[in-house]
Amino acid sequence: MDLRPEVLKPPRVEVGLLGWLKKNLFSTWYNALLTIFSLAFIYIVLRVIITWVVHDARWEVVVINLKVFMIGRYPREEAWRVLAGLGIVVFLAALTWIFRGAKGSPVKRWLMIGWLLSFPLIGILLRGFSRENRFLPLVSENVWSGLLLTLVLAIVGIIASFPLGVLLALGRRSKLPAIKVICTAYIETIRGVPLISVLFMSQLMLPLFLPPGLRLGTVMRALTGMTLFSAAYAAENVRGGLAAVPIGQYEAARAVGLNKVLVMALIVLPQALRTVIPAIVGQFISLFKDTTLVVIVGLLDLLGIAKAVTGQREFIGLHQEVYCFIAVLFFICCYAMSYASRRLEKVLGVGER
Amino acid sequence: MQKEKLETAEDIIICQNVHKWFGNFHVLQGVNITVKRGEVVVVCGPSGSGKSTFIRTINRLEEHQRGNIIVDGIELTNDLRNIHAIQREIGMVFQQFNLFPHLKVIDNITLAPIWVRRWSKEKAVQVAMELLERVGIPEQANKYPGQLSGGQQQRLAIARALAMQPKIMLFDEPTSALDPEMIKEVLDVMVELARSGITMIVITHEMGFAKEVANRIFFFADGYFVEHNTTEEFFINPREERTKSFLSQILTH
Amino acid sequence: MSGEGVSGCIPFKGVDMNQRAAMDEHRSVVPFWRNERVLKVLAQIVFVILVLAVGAWALTNYLERGLKFSYSFLDEEASFDLAEGIEFSPTDPYARAFLVGVLNTARVAAIGIVLATLVGLVTGIARLSKNWLVSKIAGVYIEIIRNIPLLVQLFLLYFAVIMKLPQIKEAFVLPGPVYISNRGIVLPWPRVAASFGLWWPFLVVALIGAVALLIIRGRSLKHTGRPSFNLLWVVTPLVAVPVLGWLLIPGNPLLLDLPEMVTKSGGVLKVEGGTALSSEFTALLLGLVVYTGAYIAEVVRAGILSVPRGQTEAARAQGFTNRQILSLIVLPQALRVIIPPLISQYLNLTKNSSLAIAIGFLDLYAVSQTMWNQSGRVVEVFFMIMASYLTMSLTISFVMNIVNRRMQIVER
Repeated sequence: MDLRPEVLKPPRVEVGLLGWLKKNLFSTWYNALLTIFSLAFIYIVLRVIITWVVHDARWEVVVINLKVFMIGRYPREEAWRVLAGLGIVVFLAALTWIFRGAKGSPVKRWLMIGWLLSFPLIGILLRGFSRENRFLPLVSENVWSGLLLTLVLAIVGIIASFPLGVLLALGRRSKLPAIKVICTAYIETIRGVPLISVLFMSQLMLPLFLPPGLRLGTVMRALTGMTLFSAAYAAENVRGGLAAVPIGQYEAARAVGLNKVLVMALIVLPQALRTVIPAIVGQFISLFKDTTLVVIVGLLDLLGIAKAVTGQREFIGLHQEVYCFIAVLFFICCYAMSYASRRLEKVLGVGER
Repeated sequence: MQKEKLETAEDIIICQNVHKWFGNFHVLQGVNITVKRGEVVVVCGPSGSGKSTFIRTINRLEEHQRGNIIVDGIELTNDLRNIHAIQREIGMVFQQFNLFPHLKVIDNITLAPIWVRRWSKEKAVQVAMELLERVGIPEQANKYPGQLSGGQQQRLAIARALAMQPKIMLFDEPTSALDPEMIKEVLDVMVELARSGITMIVITHEMGFAKEVANRIFFFADGYFVEHNTTEEFFINPREERTKSFLSQILTH
Repeated sequence: MSGEGVSGCIPFKGVDMNQRAAMDEHRSVVPFWRNERVLKVLAQIVFVILVLAVGAWALTNYLERGLKFSYSFLDEEASFDLAEGIEFSPTDPYARAFLVGVLNTARVAAIGIVLATLVGLVTGIARLSKNWLVSKIAGVYIEIIRNIPLLVQLFLLYFAVIMKLPQIKEAFVLPGPVYISNRGIVLPWPRVAASFGLWWPFLVVALIGAVALLIIRGRSLKHTGRPSFNLLWVVTPLVAVPVLGWLLIPGNPLLLDLPEMVTKSGGVLKVEGGTALSSEFTALLLGLVVYTGAYIAEVVRAGILSVPRGQTEAARAQGFTNRQILSLIVLPQALRVIIPPLISQYLNLTKNSSLAIAIGFLDLYAVSQTMWNQSGRVVEVFFMIMASYLTMSLTISFVMNIVNRRMQIVER
């Protein structure tokens, strides 16, 4: 008898296209049925969508209004300022990408400073100085609109809410009961009510509680509302990060003689914030989506502009085209961001620890 | 340290009748201990007896609720100045190392001297390198703690504690979390340290270490020191039953 | 060193009183800015004063405008009409208008939660299906829905789909009949008839009986580890008793109210009978269900995946059947993971129902907006809104936390 092991090819049904099909689509009779139903479903949906997109839809409403969607009521002759701002961001992003491998090099520090400076710089660029200024005439934030406004609301909202969120999180974890109770009450109240209520409050109630001399424009009021709202969510994210720092870190830092402020600033927060980055990106994505709610209080963000466009006489009734375009635009932005954040999470996961 | 010299040395740590409760649980039930300058004291006792809580009260990682703790003539009260002064005098090494994972080895050591003692960066780095030399890991200075072996991490923790030039070192089971082959390298550093004349309180069950360098051994159980004695006497003539049974458990395996 | 004396290890039973007094005196000398305990109290007082100061500042600004804070307007005549929800006429007071809003929100949230759970459950399981195509379809649905803002989806549904449906006279008629038009959906709906009074005791008996049987079954499950009888024994009487009652009493207790198209005077077409879902309600409900369903699907998927493979393998090795593995091993463990995030999805759905205002559904917000426009009582109405939402949120968390606690115990 031959005792050598038999080297056989795997059975035909296990490999190759046929094997894959059998395994994943037709393994049992009900699976086969499901597959057939699914195929029919996909066929119908795709046919409806493609016929509409290629045949029936009147895309000129989107093409003609493209600029309106992007910058809305921002003066056309000043539109270069928006592009310049975008240019700065793209430039910095490209540099960051190029030097992503250079760990701890001075270039990174300069890039960091560049990013930090870019925000006020772009702010000044967009808003300008005074009406009479020759080079950068004032463009009040109240005429910012379209995608520009959506981005400004989301970015300023997340950046401004973060420090507030850190303070609230520290307050909620404080051992001092009065501070803890007040911070917890704030966080839970904000998280318990819809964003709309905070936005309405900032639009309608905030002016009532401010001194008559202090007037905020609608955009500033919306920003205040978004920031106050987002801070409560940032606080919960940061609190998660703080909880992930082992108690031994506090003890060791106290034991080498650091006072409580230094323990937080040098030891605990740097570690906590690193673990919180993916959650903050997720929060940014939902804030980006939530900015659409300013439509309800009458601001012209991307969705607000879309609503206005469908009201134009020559484009009346073209809701489908306009809203589909907006939906696709949002989908691309959000999907790209969540994809990037998943990558980031992986990179951070294998970091030095 | 020499016995005769110790006789005349002053008391550097005095704990009188120290009590602490966790809720209803009476962890420290009147702890008394006096340690002389330059003395090496080993504390042993069953786990969960509160010995770890006790040495944490000495540098205020835990607050004691009754009794007095006086370190180098300063009483540990609610006075922040006293608390900070005492914390600067005391270095501590933990069972789980508790290194700062986001800082490089060298920055782990220089952090406190720069921020608390206000040293210049150059001076702090120079002292840190000397300390790394002393604990035998100068080549690891630019790595992160996570890249070091357990023994190296604990030696780094010792160097970090020494960077503040403390008069007293507390060790809370420094070798319990280590793999057996790494225990010796840490104990060697500690023996060298003990011979240098620094005051040490060491919670450990490494009886070889105790026999080699300890001046006295304390037995801690149920929230207080059951008995203590010179190193030689402690092993030969334990007085209390609890001590005897504990010794028989840790010495016979 | 001797082993005796002051440094001894005998615990003190008490401290010398003079010594203590001396120490207390020594302690009181510490200036407050260095005293840790005093500083802790001080920090809290300062913080509270700061918060109060900001509040007081805001309040003085408010009062300086000559505004008052009073709820007396609630009894006044609202003098506006509400087209959705329980009966309301313009002569009713503001308080009732607010109640209409609250009930409308509660209705859409309650129905939404039930439907979204179903959609999420089906999609989540489909996402885990061994069938590649089914899993991919579920995945695409989840990704698309989660990456488009809910408000954009609502606008799409309302303005681009429902508003584009044919008018009533050309309404789609599905068998039932169900009329679908740009004015909403009209469904057949059961209506209580005269003999219902004789029938409902049967319903009550069936329900009480089923609950009792369930409790008995639960007890035996707890004691013997095995149910004493099949679930079928609970379901059968639950169905059989009402059916028996239906046959015994004269006439039908419930009538199916069928909608039908009628022509009113002046040639106006109208669908009468049945129950009508307004187009706004339909859009909002559909939007919330589809949106939240995608999130719940991810929750369900993560929950099922959280049960380690080893659990299934161990169960299979012990000879359990596939169905037993699912119901006895996997689901109890998965539920423990699923419920907490499910609670927050329910809360999100309730909060998101406030987007109703954007498409004109008369929810809490829409009614409130009319209220403060009409009465000028912005701050007062706002406190009512906040209180209503917090009450709803707390109710949902409370109920779900009870469920959660039971799950944790059952699991152990």
